[in-house]
Amino acid sequence: MEPELTKKERCMLNGECGEGKRQAMEILFALAKIYGAKNMVPIGSAQISGVSYKTIGDAGLEYLEDLAKKGTKVEIPAYLNPIGMDAQGWEEMKVPQDFAQKQLAILNAYTSMGAKPTCTCTPYLIGVRPKVGEHIAWAESSAVVFANSVLGARTNREGGPSALCAAICGFTPNYGMHLEENRIADLVVDVKVALPDRSDFGVLGAIAGGIARGRAVAFRGIKKADEDMLKYLGAAMAAFGSNSLFFMEKITPEWKIRDGAEKISVDKPEMGRMRKTLDETTEADIITTGCPHASLAEIKEIAEMVRGKKLKKPLWVCVSRIVKEVAARQGLEEIIVKAGGKLVADTCMVVSPMREMGYRNTGVNSAKAVKYLPTMCQQRVHFAKLGDLVEFEGAGKKKVRKK
Amino acid sequence: MIVKGRIIARGYAKGPALVTMQPISFLGSVDPKTGIVIEKGHELEGKSVAGRILVFPRGKGSTVGSYMMLQLKKNGVAPLAIINLEAETIIAVGAIISKIPMLDMLEEDPFSFIKNGMVVEVDAERGIVRC
Repeated sequence: MEPELTKKERCMLNGECGEGKRQAMEILFALAKIYGAKNMVPIGSAQISGVSYKTIGDAGLEYLEDLAKKGTKVEIPAYLNPIGMDAQGWEEMKVPQDFAQKQLAILNAYTSMGAKPTCTCTPYLIGVRPKVGEHIAWAESSAVVFANSVLGARTNREGGPSALCAAICGFTPNYGMHLEENRIADLVVDVKVALPDRSDFGVLGAIAGGIARGRAVAFRGIKKADEDMLKYLGAAMAAFGSNSLFFMEKITPEWKIRDGAEKISVDKPEMGRMRKTLDETTEADIITTGCPHASLAEIKEIAEMVRGKKLKKPLWVCVSRIVKEVAARQGLEEIIVKAGGKLVADTCMVVSPMREMGYRNTGVNSAKAVKYLPTMCQQRVHFAKLGDLVEFEGAGKKKVRKK
Repeated sequence: MIVKGRIIARGYAKGPALVTMQPISFLGSVDPKTGIVIEKGHELEGKSVAGRILVFPRGKGSTVGSYMMLQLKKNGVAPLAIINLEAETIIAVGAIISKIPMLDMLEEDPFSFIKNGMVVEVDAERGIVRC
């Protein structure tokens, strides 16, 4: 059955609103057919992936420039995913010139269409917070889980092109996570272990995601979880199981379990086993955190951890440009820089050319980063709590633990 | 014979068929300069998709594959048309932005009546395959 279109949508499809809108609408119409959507649903915002030159290459760059040349504009607020470098500090990062030029051209094509160069996987940390029940079209997998689960907004896991088309048209096909009946858990996970560190939530996400394989998960038994913890959990679930929705009892806005849903429990030994699996090497040339991008709260903790000390290894804290600027104003960046670390904005360890920059082994506290660094950046990964990864000059062999 | 299908990307093409029962990724599995399938162990390894009516079950891999299909088109080595069992996002988006006519969900199993090398007509304006 063909999706039902409004008069305006029909006009877009016919090309009466310009070639860019026609092409975007043709894609959305095809996707609506493929996924059995009955209609389109207006969206409040879009978050567009496929912004790093490293991932979309020359083919993507040409497509975007072509679309921009046609005068195509976005209809609703649209926010960009991280790029392959710090847009202002790429020379200092030793990013090759050719890469940088192409990357800036991609950014330019997007912004000329009206997309905002937020360059972050965490728009919800810079004030983009859709309301419960609001329809959106977000693409970056961890942002999708966070928006659906923690904010209660409604989005499918969009690809880069489909999120861009949704932004250009202002709506998205109404199927999947947009429909109430699909927002129900088919797997219940009883958590029988305390999760004191953020990295513990990544470990739990890797376990639950791997078992759920895309099914929505309902977690029970977690007494306390702040937004950063939920961020690490969702990011790992998406990376290890293509998940797009979870519930957490008394913590998330939605809570619905299907009758006869599978039930499992996760205990301390299982968490220990997964933690070991994720930790491939004890070597690290560089320590990176901020996958997904770090919040101001995390930066504050890091500043406290390193204040007045000297780091043994380089430390990257990956953040959005806006959060970096706030951290600079609060004096937090200076503390971290003095210790030998840096706030890297617009990008992250996964989408930047780590290997080309000379790194072989990366220390991370994010399970999601463990999943992608080996294939996307040819890195061996040391996974641990941030407090255990960070070592200081003069501290001997003893590791400094986070309070 | 004439078989009806669902229109994914509009257009018309006629040419020899290239058929595989294996899914195709356009990111990493097909050389964008030559159109030759380079994925190790793929049924079509060493064969070119250029100028063919490409018949395969569905896409796989990264959504960046859509952009790679456009690159094939710009390099003049794209398939003439695509027939999938059931379309998914990557190939559908790639076909539309690259203006490659595409049909899916044929009323008869395409693997039962389309053979390698057979000349096939894909009318994706009317949703018809003729051969």
